[in-house]
Amino acid sequence: MPILQIDHLQKSYGDTQILHDINISIEEGDFLVLVGPSGCGKSTLLNCIAGLEPITGGAVRIAGRDVTGVSPKDRDIAMVFQSYALYPTMSVARNITFGMKVRGVDKVTQDRKLTEVARQLQIEPLLNRKPGQLSGGQRQRVAMGRALVRDPKLFLFDEPLSNLDAKLRVSMRTEIKKLHQDLNASIVYVTHDQIEAMTLATRIVVMKGGVIQQIGTPAEIYNRPANMFVADFMGSPAMNLIPARVRSEAGQTRIEIDRAGDAPLVITDPVSRDLPAQIVLGVRPEDIHEATGNAHLPGTAEGAGGEVMIDIVEPAGADTFAVTHLGGKPVTARLRAESAVRARAPFPLAFDLSKVSYFSPKDGVRLN
Amino acid sequence: MTSKTVLTKRLSRDALTTPHTGSVAKGRRNTLLRWGLYAILILFALFYLMPLFVMLTTSLKSLEEIRTGSLLALPRDITFAPWAEAWSTACAGTQCEGLRPFFWNSVLMAVPAVAISTVIGALNGYVFAQWRFPGANLFFAAILFGCFIPFQVVLLPMAQMLGLMGLAGTIPGLIFVHVIYGIGFTTLFFRNYYVTIPQELVRAAKVDGAGFFRIFWSIFLPISLPIITVSVIWQFTQIWNDFLFGVSFSGAGSQPVTVALNNIVNSTTGVKAYNVDMASAIIAALPTLLVYVVAGKYFIRGLTAGSVKG
Ligand SMILES: Nc1ncnc2c1ncn2[C@@H]1O[C@H](COP(=O)(O)OP(=O)(O)OP(=O)(O)O)[C@@H](O)[C@H]1O
Ligand SMILES: [Mg+2]
Repeated sequence: MPILQIDHLQKSYGDTQILHDINISIEEGDFLVLVGPSGCGKSTLLNCIAGLEPITGGAVRIAGRDVTGVSPKDRDIAMVFQSYALYPTMSVARNITFGMKVRGVDKVTQDRKLTEVARQLQIEPLLNRKPGQLSGGQRQRVAMGRALVRDPKLFLFDEPLSNLDAKLRVSMRTEIKKLHQDLNASIVYVTHDQIEAMTLATRIVVMKGGVIQQIGTPAEIYNRPANMFVADFMGSPAMNLIPARVRSEAGQTRIEIDRAGDAPLVITDPVSRDLPAQIVLGVRPEDIHEATGNAHLPGTAEGAGGEVMIDIVEPAGADTFAVTHLGGKPVTARLRAESAVRARAPFPLAFDLSKVSYFSPKDGVRLN
Repeated sequence: MTSKTVLTKRLSRDALTTPHTGSVAKGRRNTLLRWGLYAILILFALFYLMPLFVMLTTSLKSLEEIRTGSLLALPRDITFAPWAEAWSTACAGTQCEGLRPFFWNSVLMAVPAVAISTVIGALNGYVFAQWRFPGANLFFAAILFGCFIPFQVVLLPMAQMLGLMGLAGTIPGLIFVHVIYGIGFTTLFFRNYYVTIPQELVRAAKVDGAGFFRIFWSIFLPISLPIITVSVIWQFTQIWNDFLFGVSFSGAGSQPVTVALNNIVNSTTGVKAYNVDMASAIIAALPTLLVYVVAGKYFIRGLTAGSVKG
């Protein structure tokens, strides 16, 4: 039985429809991450799941129970807010126990859970402080503690790390991951940080303009994006999207890519069939390699055709990024640090064709 | 008082940020400006304090001394007899019991009226700021509009209503009138204060399982001290000092102190007892003065709480 099931959910504010036909289903122990650009409706969807916003159409089920008209307090959920929303006049301890107190949990249980959670989150020394006397990371932990004492069916997190500095964010990310594994909790987590999404999620939902673009595991989303939006949105540096032409020759698919100041680059794809004449070829920077004489990668560009003019070289410690121009677009390749690539000089590159995506230039939909 | 402190603050900040480069003349001009400003401010302060000074000195003089001496002179022989008379024997109309019974009428009227209008304003403000409902803006506009209705306009309909409710000429009737009239202001105060509190706080509490009153009681009330002070001072000053409602809607036994003061001063029997009049006026004004002295600091702080962070 899915722990959370959303069927044909619609949400409008007045005449503006914010969420269009959302369908999501996750199992117990899943860590579902909602990603998408700002304003795409992530928080709205989370609030709809929590019952903080009434929905315009569809249904929400938690652990099999239809909770569509049920108020937030009766949905058996806990939520961590972007601004933490700690009660300013209550001590940390009272912030954490407030929910239990309201629900009439007895004092002994309250104290036991408080100690337990405080130890888990390492906030024991802070229990008597007010939220105003805490740092951002400490507040974040308290907000988390408030959710953890509840032991709910479903946790909802709305960008809990977005207010933290980069370093703290990384360490809190690890802690959240650990918590998820230790508790086997079911979590819905909103972020617009795609690295957070990739590292935490067991399943990712990519949204744009209130429409789900793709649902899948991080690997699926990363390796087989359903459309050009997902391809562009997930991954850093982003996937290269190169306009190309397709010719079928002797039963083989040949892909031609325009090259500045030279004949087009021609690649033979032995697997893909029935591609339209115009496509967009998507390839991640790490799937473009230095073409060496003895390495016969399936997509090695034929002969001298693999030489491209390098515009910029950016060493980045472990890797070196080389930027060239193909099909009129800048294309980034992630090469080994010791690569002999030079700016303003030709360099042989090869595409790993087992990893490329083809998209329709018209609607951006995946073709292979 | 506020504008004064703001002005001096701004001036001193200007002085601080004046660049060092070749500005002896500029510095001198600033000092001159500052002294000029102080002179003007002191002048105004004296101007405002003058009537109080005259009232106080006159109330401590005997009638004889008032007749012969100058208005601005200090009392030669200080006497508290006028104060005693004002409090317990002065004649307001035909009743010669001083201000005392009317003073207590005012207390009995002002305290519940302030409390009730503050509580209702807090709840209203909480709803308008955090529990938006369809048509909330329209309701709020209507309540705001209530702040701008002149007293005189509502006199007749209010009299009729008090009559219908059987409260005409009673203290509960006055309380009712003042509560109704005050709700617009108190709602505005609390709404503007609560609107600065992030909505996520309410949402968090809802997820925690708290309801409407629980959230108000546990989360909003504890942070409301500054705005409660504002509401109390404002309402108390308004209600205690009110004359028009008092004179229109009170009966023989329920007149507030302002009405009694008017009657004492306008009593035509015998000689005009200026010293008693002055003592009465000061007695009638004392409670508001007291409230200001005790809570004035919070008043300013509460008024600016929403606009200035930290
Ligand atoms: N109360 C409201 N009334 C009208 N429109 C709203 C309301 N709340 C949100 N919206 C709109 O709904 C859309 C989605 O908002 P939402 O807060 O869900 O975005 P988000 O994906 O969480 O963005 P972010 O990453 O910036 O937090 C936005 O275009 C926003 O303007
Ligand atoms: Mg959001």
